[in-house]
Amino acid sequence: MTSKASSMAGLAGLGLSLYSGLSQAAWELTFQKPATRLGQEIFSLHDWMMVIITIIFVGVFGVMFYSVYAHRKSRGHKAAQFHENTLVEIVWTVVPLVILILMVIPVTGTVLAMRDTSNPDLTIKTTGYQWKWGYDYIKGEGEGIRFIATLATPPEQINGKAPKGEHYLLETDRHLVVPVGKKIRLLTTANDVIHAWWVPALAVKQDAIPGFVRDTWFKVEQEGIYRGQCAELCGKDHGYMPIVVEAVSAEKYSKWVEEQKKLMAAAADDPNKTWTLDELKSRGEKVYAANCVACHQATGKGVPGTFPALDGSKVVMGPKDVQIGTVLNGRPGTAMAAFGKQLSDVEIAAVVTYTRNAWGNKAADMAQPGEIKAARK
Amino acid sequence: MEAANVHVHGAHDAAHGHGHHPTGLMRWVTTTNHKDIGTMYLWFSFAMFMVGGAMALIIRAELFQPGLQYVSPEFFNQMITLHGLIMVFGAIMPAFVGFANWMIPMMIGAPDMAFARMNNWSFWLLPPAGILLTASMFVTGGAAGTGWTLYPPLSVQMGMGMDMAIFAVHILGMSSIMGSINIITTILNMRAPGMTLMRLPMFCWTWLVTAYLLIAVMPVLAGAVTMILTDRHFGTSFFNAAGGGDPVMFQHIFWFFGHPEVYIIALPAFGVISHVIPAFARKPIFGYTSMVYAIASIALISFIVWAHHMYVVGMPVAGQLYFMYATMLIAVPTGVKVFNWVATMWRGSMTFETPMLFAIGFLFLFTIGGFTGLVLSMTSVDVQLQDTYYVVAHFHYVMVAGALYSAFAGVYYWLPKWTGHMYDETLGKWHFWLSFISFNAAFFPQHFLGLAGMPRRIPDYALQFTDFNQVSTYGAFVFGLSQLLFLYVVLKTIRGGEKAADKPWEGATGLEWTLPSPPPHHSFEEPPILK
Repeated sequence: MTSKASSMAGLAGLGLSLYSGLSQAAWELTFQKPATRLGQEIFSLHDWMMVIITIIFVGVFGVMFYSVYAHRKSRGHKAAQFHENTLVEIVWTVVPLVILILMVIPVTGTVLAMRDTSNPDLTIKTTGYQWKWGYDYIKGEGEGIRFIATLATPPEQINGKAPKGEHYLLETDRHLVVPVGKKIRLLTTANDVIHAWWVPALAVKQDAIPGFVRDTWFKVEQEGIYRGQCAELCGKDHGYMPIVVEAVSAEKYSKWVEEQKKLMAAAADDPNKTWTLDELKSRGEKVYAANCVACHQATGKGVPGTFPALDGSKVVMGPKDVQIGTVLNGRPGTAMAAFGKQLSDVEIAAVVTYTRNAWGNKAADMAQPGEIKAARK
Repeated sequence: MEAANVHVHGAHDAAHGHGHHPTGLMRWVTTTNHKDIGTMYLWFSFAMFMVGGAMALIIRAELFQPGLQYVSPEFFNQMITLHGLIMVFGAIMPAFVGFANWMIPMMIGAPDMAFARMNNWSFWLLPPAGILLTASMFVTGGAAGTGWTLYPPLSVQMGMGMDMAIFAVHILGMSSIMGSINIITTILNMRAPGMTLMRLPMFCWTWLVTAYLLIAVMPVLAGAVTMILTDRHFGTSFFNAAGGGDPVMFQHIFWFFGHPEVYIIALPAFGVISHVIPAFARKPIFGYTSMVYAIASIALISFIVWAHHMYVVGMPVAGQLYFMYATMLIAVPTGVKVFNWVATMWRGSMTFETPMLFAIGFLFLFTIGGFTGLVLSMTSVDVQLQDTYYVVAHFHYVMVAGALYSAFAGVYYWLPKWTGHMYDETLGKWHFWLSFISFNAAFFPQHFLGLAGMPRRIPDYALQFTDFNQVSTYGAFVFGLSQLLFLYVVLKTIRGGEKAADKPWEGATGLEWTLPSPPPHHSFEEPPILK
């Protein structure tokens, strides 16, 4: 932010101190500060093109506005009657062509560099879900780490019941942590509809397409936190699936990997444990809050006409295996996603048990993780 | 052809013929007259423009500040979808078909369009399509919330509103194809003796090329949406990877339609401008021949650049480079047109009535839209700008300041001919200046929003985007309300006003100005002879 913009932001903050968030207001005119070399190149390319465009603009409209000023009837200008000149026509076909060639040469270089995903130090797969991003570290240091990152902005801020925080809508519960100075190859795919993984400061945008894997890469130059968003309309909460990348030094990254490994080991559920109804319900409520509320709502009433209610639903209150099948495999042609790959056996068992016993639903039975495991086969 | 021949040969004398025509509502339902049909097209288009505009204002109201204030995210998505579909298919395209109906027979010295009954049918298909689109908001699940591009798999998830949109697109496509057949036949067969193709008025040339584009690409769109329909209901997997399909294939098919569609909208707009600028510069159009070649090259190149809308789907790098080079080529013929218009103004004797103001506004702002198009054509820069507000700004400069301004220029230019009355020049100028300033207030800041990283199609945004969004919303509301002034000016002109001469503009040329204002029921009973 320039100092001028900061002082303007300061004024705005004073005037509207109710909205603490506005103190961040900024009249940004160009790209965010790039944090990768490629981003830097794209930034300068854009500047270079703006220079050329401005010259052409001034030339063409200089002529036009001079003509508007000088060749007007009210000034007594008599119309000439010329209407053809082959030489002029050739010149203004060839000259733009030459300018275009001058513009395109440097761009071609960046396009080739952008698509060169060979020899990465670390490979991470990201999966777009409606409406969150899943990350799997699949090759390199940290292999095996996997988690899902969801929007961390509380609903009260969105609905105007609480002041908006500094990183309103651009904050997630988990950050994608990567080491600086390492080439990260990012594979993208999606579970339901097309999403696009975009972090402006890293100059990376890649569609995530269900059933296909695409790739892109980035190498962050400086430590820091970089924020982005889903860029392809993916349904109701398209505006609410941000991306937060945290670039750290190699040592900090190794430490983070250690911590994650320990946490994952600790969090792993004992596969042979038999769960009680209350344990499953309380675990299920958390799973529901993280995965289901966006559509089916906290009340279980859904959104009439768009997302079905679970409270009183025939599927939820019907045979257990049918409901488990729906959660595992989704329902093709609707927004109901297949959660089989996102959630563990315990989580699915818990959320099924929770929905069968929440709100007005009184099935009074439960699903054990073993049943889910069996249903997967 | 039948109607045409009958009247040309004078078998049906005009005074006698008028007695048979029904009056009141049935006149409009059964009319086969090109002027009546043209009028209906223009009013239909204006009605849709108001509906689509109201939706735009809902979008801008919600985006006035961060957070959700007025609408839910689902409804917001429905608004952006319907706004896009209604403005493209319901407002802009029918507006230029309306101009074509009114002006082509009068410009080429024909009594009417070639297929008069089909002309009636191609208009009357539009209202059901408009109703289907608008009414889809009120069915269970609401309208399609996919954006006008209807990308699957999202469009497969939608409710019944999606099927209504698909059906509407089918009907609109049929209407466009019939309209195009009519226009091509009329232009190729019904020109006055002596009017060779290279003496054809520029507006007719642009429509001739546009009509071929429509016939080439509307079936492609119909095919794409039909595949969505069968994926939705009949178990096919055209766009479903799990069944061996590919969601990206839809994008290729859609944009193979979608890019020529841009020129389907832009070319007739170029045509109108090519009449208005020479008329008010009192000087013949510069480089007629090269203008015709430029139109034809733009149309041809428009078929081979579609995937520049898809730089981030992950196509091979060779594909990215090819589509970048091809896309940049379009700048050459488009540049030729701009240079020719400026050369037409050069050393003319200009006056600045409302049509000329809109034409200059068009030239200035459309060129800005062309420049941002050039920026977007560069693959690596586009990766930063794809699906951001920069793109929204770009295509509104092309569609609104391009096509819509040109339609305004055309209405003010030919309104005296159509109604027999002069419009109120002062109010016309107010309409121009209000539209010009508010349009730029609404859309120029969106370039900055896109550059700074605001995605399009979001109902809510991060705090750093607030200021420019507020400017944009103010601009959009003033722009929207200014169009009511346009409605008032047009109604006032229809009801009365200073009597218009046959040729109210000193520098205007063309056969349409040899007819009385308003023109007789059948434009040219006898073909005029061109020397």
